Amino acid sequence: MTTRHFRVWRGDDQGGALTDYDVEVNEGEVVLDIVHRLQATQAPDLAVRWNCKAGKCGSCSAEINGKPGLLCMTRMNTFGPDETVTVTPVRTFPVMRDLVTDVSFNYEKAREIPAFAPPADLKPGEYRMQQVDVERSQEFRKCIECFLCQNTCHVIRDHEENKAAFAGPRFFIRAAELDMHPLDARDDRKEFAQEEQGLGFCNITKCCTEVCPEHIKITDNAIIPMKERVVDRKYDPLTWLGRKIFRRDQLESQK
Amino acid sequence: MTDKDITRLSYDVVVIGAGGAGLRAAIEARLAGKKTAIISKSLFGKAHTVMAEGGAAAAMGNANSNDNWMVHYKDTIRGGKFLNHYRMAELHAKEAPERIWELETYGALFDRTKDGKISQRNFGGHEYPRLAHVGDRTGLELIRTLQQKIVSLQQEDFAESGDYEARLAVFAETTITELMLTDGKVAGAFGYRREDGQFLLFEAPAVVLATGGVGKSFKVTSNSWEYTGDGHALAMRAGANLVNMEFLQFHPTGMVWPPSVKGILVTESVRGDGGVLRNSEGRRFMFDYIPEVFKAQYATTEEEGDRWYTDPDNNKRPPELLPRDEVARAINSEVKAGRGSPHGGVFLDVSTRMKPEVIIKRLPSMHHQFKELADVDITKEPMEVGPTCHYVMGGVEVDPDSTQSAVPGLFAAGEVAGGMHGSNRLGGNSLSDLLVFGKRAGEYAALYVDQTAERPAVAQSDVDAAMAKALTPLVEDAEGGENPYTVQHELQQVMNDLVGIIRRADELEEALVKIAEFKKRLASVRVGGGRKYNPGWHLAIDLHNMVVVSEAIAKAALERTESRGGHTRDDHGKMDPNWRKINLICSVQGDGVSLRRQPVPTMPIELLGLFDRSELAKYLTEDELAAFDESTKDGEKE
Ligand SMILES: Cc1cc2nc3c(=O)[nH]c(=O)nc-3n(C[C@H](O)[C@H](O)[C@H](O)COP(=O)(O)OP(=O)(O)OC[C@H]3O[C@@H](n4cnc5c(N)ncnc54)[C@H](O)[C@@H]3O)c2cc1C
Ligand code: SF4
Ligand code: SF4
Ligand code: FES
Repeated sequence: MTTRHFRVWRGDDQGGALTDYDVEVNEGEVVLDIVHRLQATQAPDLAVRWNCKAGKCGSCSAEINGKPGLLCMTRMNTFGPDETVTVTPVRTFPVMRDLVTDVSFNYEKAREIPAFAPPADLKPGEYRMQQVDVERSQEFRKCIECFLCQNTCHVIRDHEENKAAFAGPRFFIRAAELDMHPLDARDDRKEFAQEEQGLGFCNITKCCTEVCPEHIKITDNAIIPMKERVVDRKYDPLTWLGRKIFRRDQLESQK
Repeated sequence: MTDKDITRLSYDVVVIGAGGAGLRAAIEARLAGKKTAIISKSLFGKAHTVMAEGGAAAAMGNANSNDNWMVHYKDTIRGGKFLNHYRMAELHAKEAPERIWELETYGALFDRTKDGKISQRNFGGHEYPRLAHVGDRTGLELIRTLQQKIVSLQQEDFAESGDYEARLAVFAETTITELMLTDGKVAGAFGYRREDGQFLLFEAPAVVLATGGVGKSFKVTSNSWEYTGDGHALAMRAGANLVNMEFLQFHPTGMVWPPSVKGILVTESVRGDGGVLRNSEGRRFMFDYIPEVFKAQYATTEEEGDRWYTDPDNNKRPPELLPRDEVARAINSEVKAGRGSPHGGVFLDVSTRMKPEVIIKRLPSMHHQFKELADVDITKEPMEVGPTCHYVMGGVEVDPDSTQSAVPGLFAAGEVAGGMHGSNRLGGNSLSDLLVFGKRAGEYAALYVDQTAERPAVAQSDVDAAMAKALTPLVEDAEGGENPYTVQHELQQVMNDLVGIIRRADELEEALVKIAEFKKRLASVRVGGGRKYNPGWHLAIDLHNMVVVSEAIAKAALERTESRGGHTRDDHGKMDPNWRKINLICSVQGDGVSLRRQPVPTMPIELLGLFDRSELAKYLTEDELAAFDESTKDGEKE
């Protein structure tokens, strides 16, 4: 056991400041353990979100020494022995209190994407899909909605004004997921991403991919292919042949 | 905002809980045309269901065509040691496949078999590969799919009315602290919003409880802060009964090191896919722990067990896949006998059993979890694991078909409901349970609303009382009051030490004395810091639920003088057929829990007849067997 110096942002929508704490740290602990110890011993009302404590629920996003990450997956042994650890709320969303922010932006964006459209000719139990075909979408469905990619993306990180027109990387992968879903009956996922979700704002900096705790290749596997295909399709005279045919040979060429 | 400010809302059906059960119930109520609210303590999509790893059990027969609902039924009843409510287990086994297939129409993407169907994996206690899964993140797929279905219904409503929430609204980070009753019937629910502490009153004739479990009252647990038994306590305070509260599932494989992650789950898929348990001497000790009742179904040599993975039709499964209670007790015994691992668990090894690529493909989140949290590479070395408090079999006593409790208008589904799993739940049977009974809860709650001519009004005095109770712990200066975190830690320690995996009368009595002290201490718990997103205040409120539920568990555990499933008595080590006929029912009387015995509903002969007589003989009393013989004789005559 050692005593470590922590600085935690305390405050609410009216303002706040970094508060200093000296706190006990034990072998094997993560930053969330320390925040919990602060609650139990020094600051019972310190607001923080968490659920699983194992990187599965995406609740505990924050910024640790300025770096966006999950509090429950940030080991204390990743810091120098005397390093002060500073914990602040994610920056892109408005603070509610302490480390808790208002992430409702994300739920609103989620609501704007047309849902999965089930194929009209298949009844429950009749769906047949090959593992290789579902795997592409499954990668995106690993998303735990920690919204760290949203928080990191420069298009909205310091640009409140872009929020209305930009859904963000989390929802680009949702569009890509549906686009690549072998049985989704809609064929306008890419166009929707371009025209309604603000895909055009993205200039492929890859910051979102770097921060994703699920290691989803947001840019390479979702954003870039969607951008390319939108361009393709806009000029492709064969588009009218229908998406299914188009999609199949794209699938082939990627194998 | 003054203290007394309150937002009043009116709905047809209020669903408390946004896990698998709650979301499925809400979908069904909305599809029935009811104005529905979903309430959850956490953000939308973060409920416990998100953490489920292994899969959802449903006898679709995709991996082995011999599977069907009857085999699933038998496995469930065997796993629960014949104490399950037969009708719940029957409905569950019959309806689970439809509920899984339905998820595909909402957009779910399960792992596939070669012929393109949903892939199914092996799990403890299931005779055939039966768990629909997505790697080891099945719960995430399930909750996200339901969440997205809810969004799609909201989109339909938006297209129609211009309002996403016209008929289906989500109240995230909102906690219900009290149910409102009028003339003994449900009239609504009272709670607060975490963000600002604002009080909310939901007026509704029907409430579905889908609040999950109770594990946070134990020190070593796989459960999160939400699992304070709120639904169990709300139901009891409203006049409903809890059944089987003595039965808690200690999952055999939780992480044991480092201390900060002690209790975090290591999915059973590790064993289902070939992982083996070894003690410090390198012995696969599970072969020493196959109980008499399971001798016929499990391999007795390592060679046979190993062959089973590739040729299940001609070999018996390895004992690592015994039901969880058996494995957890075996691990406990090995550690006690001094054959444990360095940090007080045993070894769970996949590194010598599968190629690294296969491990990473099939168990990605376990690989990640051990690497990131314990510096262990599971493709190279064994994991250290030990039992962790995981699931409560006990819960609200409900009518199996409608999920309604003893209180008109109060329904319960998912982990908060009791009866389905008897004394021990099989892995994978929870996710399917959520879907089957979640749907039924939504459907019958809607039906109940249709049949309720007059909406009951909530009495102002009840609202005032609920408000006063919620505000009691919150003060300007908490100096001199009890710290809620301290009380919680002490309660967790008591439950772990005295009401844990192995129980004794004297320890349970001691636990009840301690619980009585906690009850007194609750009155002096104080927190400062105001009403805005104040976890200390929230915990102070939750503590009341934790204590009353702990009392129910300890009382029932003391009463049941036998060992069965998730209830092991050191001083009554045997399973007793006479106890199989008895359910223990807890209800609230005054400020305490009262306990009574009630007969277990009798399994009809069509269902009983699915089992071999020799198997029934292990569980039933002589009289019951005689009655069974009599009725099968009649059958032969016909
Ligand atoms: C790590 C882990 C792995 C698991 N793996 C599997 C598996 O592979 N297969 C399987 O079948 N089962 C598994 N289980 C068990 C299964 O996940 C749970 O039993 C199941 O998800 C419970 O679902 P539920 O819908 O009943 O409740 P939950 O998903 O727990 O949801 C409860 C909801 O109720 C809300 N709530 C609670 N109290 C209140 C209140 N007072 N006011 C408002 N809202 C409230 C919560 O916020 C939450 O939204 C696992 C469990 C854990 C912990
Ligand atoms: S790649 Fe695009 S979406 Fe991702 S962070 Fe950069 S700009 Fe944002
Ligand atoms: S894509 Fe990755 S970073 Fe973005 S919300 Fe999902 S899990 Fe988080
Ligand atoms: S608590 Fe779930 S991701 Fe950190």
